[in-house]
Amino acid sequence: MNTAQSQIPTEKLVSLSKAVRISIITMLHEALNGHAAGAMGMADVFTSLYFSILKHDPEKPDWNERDYLLLSAGHICPAWYATLAERGYFDKKELLTLRQLGSRLQGHPHLNSLPGIENTSGPLGQGLSQALGVALSLKLDSQPNRVYCILSDGEHQEGQTWEAYLYAGAHAVNNLTALIDRNHIQIGGPTETILPLDSLKEKIEAFNWNVIEVDGHSHQEIIAACATAKQTTSKPTAIICNTTPGKGVSFMENNYHWHGKFPDDTEMKQALAELQTGTHE
Amino acid sequence: MNKKTTRDGFGEALVEIGKNNHKVVGLCADLTDSTRMQAFSETFPDRFFEMGVAEENMIGVAAGLALRGKVPIAASYATFSPQNAMGPLRASVCYSKLNVKVIGGHAGISTGHDGATHQALEDIALMRSLPNMLVIVPADYFQAKKATHALVQHHGPAYLRIGKYGTSTVTNEDSDFEIGKAQVLKQGSTVTLIACGTLVSEALEAAKTLEEHNISTAVINMHTIKPLDRFAILDATHSDLIITMEEHQVIGGLGSAVAEVLAELPHHPPLHRIGVQDSFGESGPGKALLKKYGLDASAVVKLVLSEL
Repeated sequence: MNTAQSQIPTEKLVSLSKAVRISIITMLHEALNGHAAGAMGMADVFTSLYFSILKHDPEKPDWNERDYLLLSAGHICPAWYATLAERGYFDKKELLTLRQLGSRLQGHPHLNSLPGIENTSGPLGQGLSQALGVALSLKLDSQPNRVYCILSDGEHQEGQTWEAYLYAGAHAVNNLTALIDRNHIQIGGPTETILPLDSLKEKIEAFNWNVIEVDGHSHQEIIAACATAKQTTSKPTAIICNTTPGKGVSFMENNYHWHGKFPDDTEMKQALAELQTGTHE
Repeated sequence: MNKKTTRDGFGEALVEIGKNNHKVVGLCADLTDSTRMQAFSETFPDRFFEMGVAEENMIGVAAGLALRGKVPIAASYATFSPQNAMGPLRASVCYSKLNVKVIGGHAGISTGHDGATHQALEDIALMRSLPNMLVIVPADYFQAKKATHALVQHHGPAYLRIGKYGTSTVTNEDSDFEIGKAQVLKQGSTVTLIACGTLVSEALEAAKTLEEHNISTAVINMHTIKPLDRFAILDATHSDLIITMEEHQVIGGLGSAVAEVLAELPHHPPLHRIGVQDSFGESGPGKALLKKYGLDASAVVKLVLSEL
């Protein structure tokens, strides 16, 4: 059981994030397709959750007392897969089967395909509603488990996302926390060029949510924000995680062309070298 | 019309089910009265979620509730849910095989005065195409009641198509209902009418008239569109003519489903599909619309007499 894991030192979390990013690069290179930027950008959020915030047990993925983590932005699942493997949900070797025929690691996550995968996502905008449903069922059963949902910023262009915000805010669904990957890019360009989202914070606040902004690469800030969310009983909480897409690799960072791209041989070598030496941290 | 409708059967059954099955939860997109979910919402307020006019979120939330073992029953008009919510139904519900029940009300042209926007005529086609989805179209009040019970006992995604049009009852309290097993309401050797929903009573009426013309007519109530009862269709191939009847587009509905089975056989009798012919409806009384769009008993009789 994993109830006292918040004691993990920050240096350890940093090194776990590095391992996750190395896995992502290796997986995508092996798969010859996939989405690099968002996955790399959210590695610190994923490791904060699975190594510090969530109450969970890799040995018992369906443990009734676990906290739930649902991914709405399914395309960044390489970060989810890599983190689950790093945390012991399944063998890391299996990561290299990503997107291959017969693999449990589908191109976008599929419920129960792997231990720890709590929902199906891929078409943007669907995850927050699912997480809200889980949160409501926990309230019906008077269970204290918490529900976390990871969203991309781009999927805030989907109407369904706002339908879910509206309901959760109106009904003060306080066991629900949204973590938003605010990396300012989507597949066709910068979010503010495609269809502006700012000010995202004010928009979500207007839906009666508590909104916290953090540096999405600071484990401490992410963990502290989740602790605040837990103590905020009057509203659900959204944590805007300001991230750098492609974090850790110089030529990927802040370049929207890497939203839906994988590294070739040369790019992988350079990426791994930068990650291993930490030259771009 | 004072006759009890399929929506009444659904609403009454849901309250019965709710008493014994505490996992059952209701969701509605601001149409509790007209989908007949009102009684459930008043009897079990703790297990009822008023989702507002937000069908995509309603289906997504239903998926989330099902993730933790609840049995969500999500109701709206069929033109809004499933039709507005196909994305979440496909990825969040069907691909995950989640135990979500979708109730589509005001289905068919007999919805009447609200007009084309509110008359669902494509929902069977849409739902039938989704893997893991069950599609049930009850013929009357009694059958809707039994179908609702059966739907909840079945584990997995399911769609129940109901309406507000009061038909003559074609089943009774004691009739059997089994998902996937068509009901032979009348035996006959020359013509087989395969109907669903409100048109089953029209089929029986047509059969009565055809018998007066000495044309032996069978009537099958194909209440389950998916999985389709292939054996019932194979039996029907012994007749000289098969006619399907539905309050739905001829593209993609019951007629298409039957045609798919027949087309794979080496020999089969000709098939005619009674249904809406690739058009939208309009405002008017339900009965008048059924007549105008060639969906009532007289249209079937005319067709059979011209074909034989």
